Order: sequence, then C-alpha cells, then structure tokens
Amino acid sequence: MGIGEDRPRVDGLDKLRGAAAYVDDLRVEGVLHGATVRTPAARGRITRIHFDPGIPWNEYVIVDHRDVPGKNHVASIETDQPALVETEFRHKYEPVLLLAHRSPAALRKGVQGVRLEYEPLPAVEDPLAGLTSDRIQHGPDNVFKRIDIRKGDVNAAFARAAHVIEGEYRTGAQEHAYIEPQGMLATSGPDGVTVRGSMQCPYYVLKSLCAALGRSEREVRVIQTATGGAFGGKEDYPSVIAIHAALLALKAGAPVKIIYDRQEDMAATTKRHPSWVRHRTAIDEAGRLIGVEIEVVMDAGAYVTLSPVVLSRGVLHALGPYACENVHIHGEARLTNSPPYGAFRGFGAPQTLFALERHMDAIARRLGLDPAEFRRRNLLRDGDRMATGQVYRDGVDLTRLMDDALEHAAYAQRREEFKRFNASHPYLRRGIAQATFMHGAGFTGSGETMLASEVWVEGHADGTVEVLTANTEMGQGAFTVLAQVAVDTLGVKNEQVKVAVPDTHRVPNSGPTVASRTTMVVGKLVERACLDLAAVVDGVAGRSFSEKIRAWHQAHPGERLVGRAKYKTPPEIHWDDATYQGDAYPCYAWATYVATVEVDLRTYGVQVTDFVASQEVGRVINPTLARGQIQGGVAQAIGWAILENVVLKDGAMANTQFANYIIPTSNDLPPIRVFFEEQPTPYGPGGAKGIGELPMDGPAPAVINAVCDALQTSIHEIPLTPERLMEHLDGADHD
Amino acid sequence: MKVLQPDNLAEALRLLVEPDGTPVPIAGGTDLCVHWPARDLDNTRFLDLSRVAGLSRLTLTHNALEIGARTTYWDLICAADAAKAFPLLAQAARLVGAIQIQTRGTWAGNIANGSPAADGVLAMMVYGASVVLQSVRETREVPLDEFFTGYKQSVRRPDELIVAIRVPRRAYTFEWLAKVGARRAQAISKVGVAMTRSENGWRVAANSVAPHVCRCRTLEAALNAGRTFTSPQEVRSLLSADVAAITDLRSTAEYRERVLSRLIFYRLAELDKPSGHV
Repeated sequence: MGIGEDRPRVDGLDKLRGAAAYVDDLRVEGVLHGATVRTPAARGRITRIHFDPGIPWNEYVIVDHRDVPGKNHVASIETDQPALVETEFRHKYEPVLLLAHRSPAALRKGVQGVRLEYEPLPAVEDPLAGLTSDRIQHGPDNVFKRIDIRKGDVNAAFARAAHVIEGEYRTGAQEHAYIEPQGMLATSGPDGVTVRGSMQCPYYVLKSLCAALGRSEREVRVIQTATGGAFGGKEDYPSVIAIHAALLALKAGAPVKIIYDRQEDMAATTKRHPSWVRHRTAIDEAGRLIGVEIEVVMDAGAYVTLSPVVLSRGVLHALGPYACENVHIHGEARLTNSPPYGAFRGFGAPQTLFALERHMDAIARRLGLDPAEFRRRNLLRDGDRMATGQVYRDGVDLTRLMDDALEHAAYAQRREEFKRFNASHPYLRRGIAQATFMHGAGFTGSGETMLASEVWVEGHADGTVEVLTANTEMGQGAFTVLAQVAVDTLGVKNEQVKVAVPDTHRVPNSGPTVASRTTMVVGKLVERACLDLAAVVDGVAGRSFSEKIRAWHQAHPGERLVGRAKYKTPPEIHWDDATYQGDAYPCYAWATYVATVEVDLRTYGVQVTDFVASQEVGRVINPTLARGQIQGGVAQAIGWAILENVVLKDGAMANTQFANYIIPTSNDLPPIRVFFEEQPTPYGPGGAKGIGELPMDGPAPAVINAVCDALQTSIHEIPLTPERLMEHLDGADHD
Repeated sequence: MKVLQPDNLAEALRLLVEPDGTPVPIAGGTDLCVHWPARDLDNTRFLDLSRVAGLSRLTLTHNALEIGARTTYWDLICAADAAKAFPLLAQAARLVGAIQIQTRGTWAGNIANGSPAADGVLAMMVYGASVVLQSVRETREVPLDEFFTGYKQSVRRPDELIVAIRVPRRAYTFEWLAKVGARRAQAISKVGVAMTRSENGWRVAANSVAPHVCRCRTLEAALNAGRTFTSPQEVRSLLSADVAAITDLRSTAEYRERVLSRLIFYRLAELDKPSGHV
C-alpha cells in the first residue's frame, strides 16, 4: 500500500505476539549483569571509596574512570560530560563505578556495599538565582549557550504602542515515561565491540563509543533492538549506557548487559528542560503586534549535552505563527546541578509556545477582545516575514485553519453555554480556549546540511527491495511509513519491500530519529534512492519491478544493486548561524488545538472534556498512524500541563515511581478529535511534513487557557496540579 | 529471602511464633511488591498464606458480612448481594489500583499494611467493621476504629494473624464515599472521605489526613446534634480536632484538609436541597 493508505504496522504483529526481542529479551551465553554506583549529592568531590569488606569483591568486575581506554567523556555537542566521574561531580546520580556479576542478586549486594565519601561543594539549584563565584562551573557565568534574534526597531515600537503587556511563564520538567526502560548489551571479540540496545540514534551511540573506547568506526558496531518508546529520552542517554556496558565487557572479557529498572531510569536519565519565559509586547490601537521582546531561560542541568539545540528550537518557535516587524528574542541555556535535561518531543518549542499562547490569551483579555479575534489580526499571511526574516510562503491560510478548528469545537456556542453554566453551578466551572502554533520539521538551521544524510535502497537477487537507513522504529511507525514511501515510489507490492534493522555495519548514516525529520527528510531520501534504483534497472527487460531486479542480478552476478540518495540543501533555503537569520526550517506544520475543560472547585481538579486537534501536515502518509501520533502527543502534553510533576530533591527527581509520578490514563483524557489539512510540501515524500512533535506543542496552552477562561483568571505556570491551582486562587488577582 | 508456605491455619499460626524470628504474612502481595525494588536487605522471611484453606470466604448473613483473610476486592465486586448490601465497599474496591490489583489485593492486607491512604479501610470503618485476630493462644475481635495506634502501627501482636473481618449489617439512610487521587484511576488517595448514617448516628472517616485512616468524631458529634454548615471553613474548623494532614511527595497538608472539608460541605449542602434525602 502506498502513500495515503492505512497500511498496518510492519512491526505490529511481532509486538502483539510478544515475538519482538527487546534488549533484555536477548539471551547470551555467559552474560554478566552490570550496574552503576552513583553520586549521592548534587555537587562535590569524592574523597574516598569504601568497599564493604564482607563482600567477596574478587567475584566482581569493577570499572572506574581509569579503565576508559579512550577519552573519558560522552561525546556530544561538547565533551564536558565524563563517562565516569574522576573526582569532582556535578549532579546527583552521576556514574562513578561500574560493577558486573553473573548473579543479579550478588550485583545488588555489591552496589549496596560501595559507599562514596565526599566533600560537598555549593550547588546551583535555580537557574534564575544570583550566582556566587564558588558556584561557577562553566565559562564565566554558567551559561552554556546564548542566542539572540533581532528584527526591526523594538524600542521605537514600544515608544508608539497603545498598550504594553508583560507576562512571565514557567514550565516544569517532564519524564518521558517510555514503557521500556533503557538498556544495553555489549560484547567484545576479535572483530571489535558490538553494542545492542534500545535507542533512537545508532550513529550518535557509535560516535560516543568510538571516542570513549579509542577505536575506529570499523572496530565498533551498534545495532538497535526493538525499542519500547523513546520520545527523545533515547536520543542522547543511550550513549552513556552503551559506553558503560562496553567498558565492563572489555574488562570482563564477557558479554555484559545493563538494564535500568524504572526507578534508576527516572532518577538518572534525562527529562524535558524546565523553562522560564518573559514576554513584553507592544500593541497598537488596532490590536496588532508591533513590538515583541521575549526572554527565554532553560535549565540545562549539569552538562551541555543537547541544550544548545533545544534552546535554539525554543527561541525559533517563540514568536509562533504571528507577524511582527519589531522583534528581540534572547535565549540562554544555564547550568544547574541537576542531571542534564535532554531531548523530549518538541525539543524546546513546547516551552516557548506555552508562554506565547498563554500570553496571547492574557493580552486578548486585557484588550477586551475575543482571543480568536486577537489572533486573527496577527496571524502570518503569505509574504509576511517571521522573526528570523524567513518569508512565510507555505500558502496555508492560517486564519481559516483556526476558524475551522473553532467550528469543530463549537467554540462560539460553548462560550455562551458555559457563561450560563458557571453563573449557576455551586462548584463546577467550564471553559473553552485554543492555541494556534506550528512546528518546524527537520533539523534547525543548517543542521540537515551538516548531517548530509544518506539512504540506500537495495534490490536483492530474489527480487525484493530493502530500505537501508539508520532511522529507528520506536513505536511511532517509522518502518511502516518508510516502506509505504518505497512501495509507492517503485510501484511494488508490500511484501516485496523490507526496512533494514539499523546496524552501523550495514546501513548508511541517514541521521538521528529525532526532530520530526524521519518521514519528511529521510522519507524524501527514500523516495530519491528508489528513483535512483529505478533508473539503474530502467532499460532491463521484465514485466514487473521485481522481475527487472532479478534480471539485473542475472546479468551482474555477485554485484550489489543499490539506489542511493544524499541530502542536498534546497537552493532556495538559506540560513546564517552567526546572525540567526534566514530559513530556520524548510517548512512547518501548522495547527490550532481547542480544549474544553471542567474545573471542580471542591478538589481544584481539571478534567479536559473535549479536545479538537486540527493541523495542516502537507500530506498524510498513513491516516491511522498519523492520527495515533497526534492523539499520543496530545495525551502526553495534557499530562505535562496538569498532572506530571517532577519533584526535585538535591536537584534530582525524587518521585521515581509511577505511583508518584502521575501520567494520564485513558480515564483522564477527553475524546481527542483529529482533523488534517493537506497542502503538499516539495520537501517531503508525496508532500508530507513531519508531525511527530507538533502535537506536543499546543495542548498545554490550550488547556490552561481554557482553565483561565473557566475561572476568569491568569495562570502562568505548569504543571497546574490541583495544589498549585488552589494556591493560585488564594492569591489570585482574578484579573 | 525465605518464603514459608503453610497449608493450614494452625501451621501458619505456629510459624508466627517460631524462634527464628517473625515472618511477614503475605496475601495478595500488592503492598509488599511496590517496595520490592527498593528493599534494603534480602533476608526477609515471608509467611505465604496462599495455600491455607478457608481464608477466601465472603459470607453474607442476616446480621453481618464476614470477609476472610485472603478475600480480594474483586471477590466482593463479583459478589452481587454483598456489594448491594455494602455499596461503599464495592465502590472502594473499584477505586483501588487497576483490575490486576483488585484481583490480588485483599481487605485484610489493606488493614494489616496500615497505610494512611487505604481505600478499603475507609469504607469498612464507616460500616463499623471489626477485625478478628487469631494466635496460637487466643482469638479476639477489635473494632477497626481502635485497631490503628500510629503510622503503620496497630494493636496486632506479631504472633497474630488477621483471620477475618466482620461488618455488621445495619439500615443506612446515607452512604457516601469520595476519593481524590492525582488522577481518576490507579492513583493513591491524596484525601478520601466516607460517611454513613444509621439509627446509631453519623459515622465519618477520612484517609490520607492523619497517620492512619481515622474517624472524625468531632464532626460526627456535631452532625448528630443536628448542626448545619454555611461554609466549608466551618466544617474545617471542626475537622481540625480530628485530622492532622502532612505534606509529602503526593500533596500538601493544606490541600488535604481544605479539600476534605469542601467535599463534605458540598455533599451535605446537596442533602439540604429538596431532591436530597437522609
């Protein structure tokens, strides 16, 4: 089945039957179990490591920083994060020692039998708090990355403004809550080191393994196992576990498996960046944005990791889908002594879009305008320039997209109905509101150009076709979508196309499975590689494509038949990293989400009772999978908005159990009604844009705007737990 | 870890007085398993009750409902007569965890574990339940509202096993239970309340607002005296003598006490409406 059709998931049956092998399902002869001894505090210097004399340590494999054969760092954007702590540590649960043992019970006793003595150092808890010199750990001021975007003359705009409206907004950390905790299996042999495990980006893992082990890419092999969810949580952290498992395997001379349990996973691995965003907005008499100042601070945690690019996507989405000629956006990613915050679906955009879309409603209320009308006056129109100077030329009518969504949600009728309801009910309050937003598909700025992704499509002698990419199936349906693109482009049958398991010794580097890029960027490369393959067999005789492949192989025995495609920057796309000017993304998916809520003033609980998710996505490749992506993202974002509260103690998560970290069940979610608009883009296969992250961006502001509508107040912080709503109403200005 | 597996009650009671140290009785295991990954040591001894015959009964007579030591929430949900006779027990059972927990978790375990957030205890307490404790020496019956002595503390001696729970049948004119968790299902109570009214008067119990599930006797006395309320604050000032909530990972003391009084106030306010009935 080709593009636009509901093909069942190619990996579905194996997962339903329990046949898919996740990393902990792999049975390996003589495997040792590995575990990690971690730091007990937010910052300090290790003075002594005490081993319980009652434990037979000769039975254990013990690895510390001196066992790292290459560089003792986790190679990412920077190299500041050690693979294993030497003396000084910067966050709680930082890895210090690795232990391995044949018996999981003995391993457990071993971990409990190591005590770290340390001298505490002053820690940074709050990225907004004033710094003392003894807390500086990076550069002159603990700022990992600064980004400035400027357009027009902001000061002049504020001088002639009819209204100037300010607001500060905060968002909390969020745990990915993938079903399968992180894990890796490492083996070493004469051919080198092989690491198998749960991951999004095999070539990222390969790069950091090579650096830490001091080996070449031919001596290290990375293979993805079936992955039970990731959401960004398996973008950078798998490199850490892969290095650890490989170090133990090398020292032990035996295979080693490290599988985190839920508590260790929640405590030690990444979360969504907490954020603080301040808006100052100049508006003219006609209700138009004439000047915008946005300041963004992201809590990056203790090491740089991916924070510079998370900040980048955040500031690039900070002005959303609105036109304004005078703009100053300033962003900073700052160090705190928390475990590094990392990639999470949306990658900085949900944070700045929460602030923006909440602020738009707050402005509308102050001006006495309906929030939809205020947006209508300011949405981008063809030819408008976005904050970086990118010209809006998608041809999508954003006003119509928004009005259609409001219509689907019966916005006007419900507003009237809820006014009457709220005036009469003793303790229930109902509200309805929206968020209008976009998400840039693919890597930011020149990222895709630097990645230079490559895809192969191979025709085998039996007439089948194999799509070879490094992109991972993690539950989102990537393999199905890439197969559909190949089937559609080549005009072959479903069963003739298979997608390769990502294995760095078999597949080319088509880039990481992140940034809503797989369907659009990699899918387009699959389309081009298929065309390249088709061109090779073009003159070969045969009634079907399969026959042509078979005939080609008969004529070329022992040779490989491979169609190739490599990313080329489209000539009309320009980006300047130095000035942050140009086309930040080749294209965007656009959306309006409308939330209906009911607030119970007995319990301060918020229930979302209806949800309309309407978006323009270029082209839908698989309707059921696309709807599933949207519904899943909306559910995850509703959790972020009202339920999911990461409680920090010494900078690290304290509520590391699903009993205390609450994600929504189906009972806590409304019907999520999904609507697609399709306006094909030239940058994706069949016109498709990326949609993986889009649904994470809009629900939080839509839901909180609806709560504000219900209670006639202005809320500035999520998660809006009942406890926080109670406190807010106690101190509220009820503006 | 050592698991003792007696196949009759006498043997189980004898194992509780063995000189090797007192084992921890385990029925459904739903409380013990939650903490399993964080256990300190592996030398705990368990007394597995799963092979002891006769502990899973659920007997409804004219006078009382008798719940066995290994009777699960699911057993009660499925027993139509008992669920109808004690609707709050059925409601509480449905509010505990997910179906997997409801089919394993036991009423007696809910009591023995002593969690201040226990949903089952809340419902049993407003029905005036009592706990039957048996040891090799004696059998005694303790009212549930006198069973707990502190956080996870009770009058149960280490040699005693909860062998049954007895819930007397009375005619009720009002039965109500409300649980506030962090989400609508599969959540531990942040605050919960149950109320009944019979010819013996009002009974009010609350969970997650004191070191153990407790009766709110000051409020009961006021209700029995015919007191009515014009604001949640009035309910709260009475409750302050009955409860002492704390702030922990799940919620705050202020939230718990305030929401408890608001739930009660608005429920009582509904009774005053013409459609209400007591």
